[in-house]
Amino acid sequence: MVKLGRDIAHLEEMAKEVRKDIVEMTYLAHSGHPGGSLSSVEILVSLYFSELNQSPETVDSPDRDRFVLSKGHITPAFYSVLSHAGYIPHEELKQFRRVNSRLQGHPASTKLKGIEVSTGSLGQGLSVAIGIALAGKIDKRDYRVYCLVGDGEMEEGQIWEAIMFAGNRHLNNLILFLDYNGLQIDGEVAKINDIAPVISKFEAFKWHTFEINGHSFDQIFKAIDEAKRYPDNPTAIIAHTVKGKGISFMENAYEWHGKAPNEEQYKQAMKELNANG
Amino acid sequence: MVEMATRDAYGKALVELGERDKNICVLTADLAESTRTAKFEAKFPERHFDIGIEEANMIGIAAGLASCGKITFASTFAVFAPGRCYDQIRIAVAYSNKDVKIVSTHGGITVGEDGASHQACEDIALMRVLPNMRVVVPADAIETEKVIKEIAYIPGPFYVRLGRPRVPVIFSETYDFELGKGKVLRKGKDVAIIACGIMVSKAIEASDILHKRGVEATVVNMSTIKPLDVNLLNDLGGVVKGFVTAEEHSIYGGLGEAVAGVISENICKPVKRVGMMDVFGESGTAQELLIKYGLTADNIVKKALEIVV
Ligand SMILES: Cc1ncc(C[n+]2csc(CCOP(=O)(O)OP(=O)(O)O)c2C)c(N)n1
Ligand SMILES: [Mg+2]
Repeated sequence: MVKLGRDIAHLEEMAKEVRKDIVEMTYLAHSGHPGGSLSSVEILVSLYFSELNQSPETVDSPDRDRFVLSKGHITPAFYSVLSHAGYIPHEELKQFRRVNSRLQGHPASTKLKGIEVSTGSLGQGLSVAIGIALAGKIDKRDYRVYCLVGDGEMEEGQIWEAIMFAGNRHLNNLILFLDYNGLQIDGEVAKINDIAPVISKFEAFKWHTFEINGHSFDQIFKAIDEAKRYPDNPTAIIAHTVKGKGISFMENAYEWHGKAPNEEQYKQAMKELNANG
Repeated sequence: MVEMATRDAYGKALVELGERDKNICVLTADLAESTRTAKFEAKFPERHFDIGIEEANMIGIAAGLASCGKITFASTFAVFAPGRCYDQIRIAVAYSNKDVKIVSTHGGITVGEDGASHQACEDIALMRVLPNMRVVVPADAIETEKVIKEIAYIPGPFYVRLGRPRVPVIFSETYDFELGKGKVLRKGKDVAIIACGIMVSKAIEASDILHKRGVEATVVNMSTIKPLDVNLLNDLGGVVKGFVTAEEHSIYGGLGEAVAGVISENICKPVKRVGMMDVFGESGTAQELLIKYGLTADNIVKKALEIVV
């Protein structure tokens, strides 16, 4: 198991590798979700290579930290990170979305160790994370649960039921990342059904909040460190991100939510990723 | 053969309805492009509402609009409606008998690469058991257009299940859709194949194969699953040795069980079901999945031969 601690240079190198995988996987599969994968890269890399007390060896341990991918469509980013962290052979990423593969279009917990629950229907992951957090309290285990939610996903009613419950139950072992990239499938979250202001909403529901740049490892770690110091309540880290981050023509373009690059676009994207740094 | 996705026909039909009738409203839950309601949105933005990723809210709003005399279409993927808003459909639409037409796209495993989370193989069952709800699964683009235009003016709740991929156009423009009537596409005395949706073209294919083997099959497009054409089934039951049903859905709760229910009450003849065998689908191309899960003409042939020999 590779842990990179807080070695920012190495983490940034890893983020770049993950971005290349995202482009390659969607290109080879002729489908998949590059936009929201690219916006979540730094969050996932921080968790799997630094924060999460979990590895392929401890993936069944009752004391492991848990991660729930509520925005289940970003499997290109998720599987890539799992492969670099040793959960799956890197070569297997080529099987993404293919028949008879473990690497389903959306995470399937029955097919792959390390996936806590199957997702893909938005709005459900936070509730499952709460169940895991409650079990930790009952069993007096001091693991943490991290959950990654999309900003469009925040429109689902179940998310707000979950936020209300977690705040009322003082679940201080729960940390939510909101990938606030401003876009959903049909366009801007602010235009379709605005979720803003989110900070005051979370605070009204008794959560601690942080607002950060979701592409800054420094800011991600600072927020996690602070969150761990709060004894009473769950924490929401509002991560401002760029959908399609790292690839010029995908950045802030909602059309790239669920579309695969063609050959020319694939080459262009790889060229840009290889050129940067 | 010409191919067209049933969801494309839906988008087209909505625009035509919208042009003729100001009373038509259309809702979606962040899937305007995928469900093709975007076509309606482009022309009639004031009567199209993209609610956001909120299926339950969408169904409630649809029921409210319908209460005020609007003919309301609500569309998302078939896993999400009925899946994500079933009680809202049950109470606010079915029990309240509101004029809401739930038209879901991406039914069945031909959704393909997105995998089981996005492949509805239980939606027909869920909708069929609701009183007041009518359930229609069109076989191609032509039938879809006729269904949408027809049900707009039949008051009360409907569920129409459409698909994602392009599928063969099997009917001509003169095809007539009549709610609650099965359409006999081929006549044969040995076995009756009752199919819906994409399995209708496979049933026709199967009848060709059977013919070469000396078995004559009746093929029925049973696009209305509810109310089911009981008279047709009973008539056929008097002639054929048995039935094969074919649907892109679980063998539980769908067309197969509906047909078996009728046949077992009136005539004791075998009903063999082709469908998903109580399993979730998976990622893969639509074609690969149809073969892997036995939704093929060959499988229909196999079941038919079990009956006649
Ligand atoms: C319940 C549900 N409704 C609809 C969808 C279809 N869908 C997949 S992704 C998506 C948009 C998600 O937007 P967001 O949460 O902002 O994700 P991101 O921008 O991070 O990709 C939608 C509507 C779904 N997966 N689940
Ligand atoms: Mg978003």
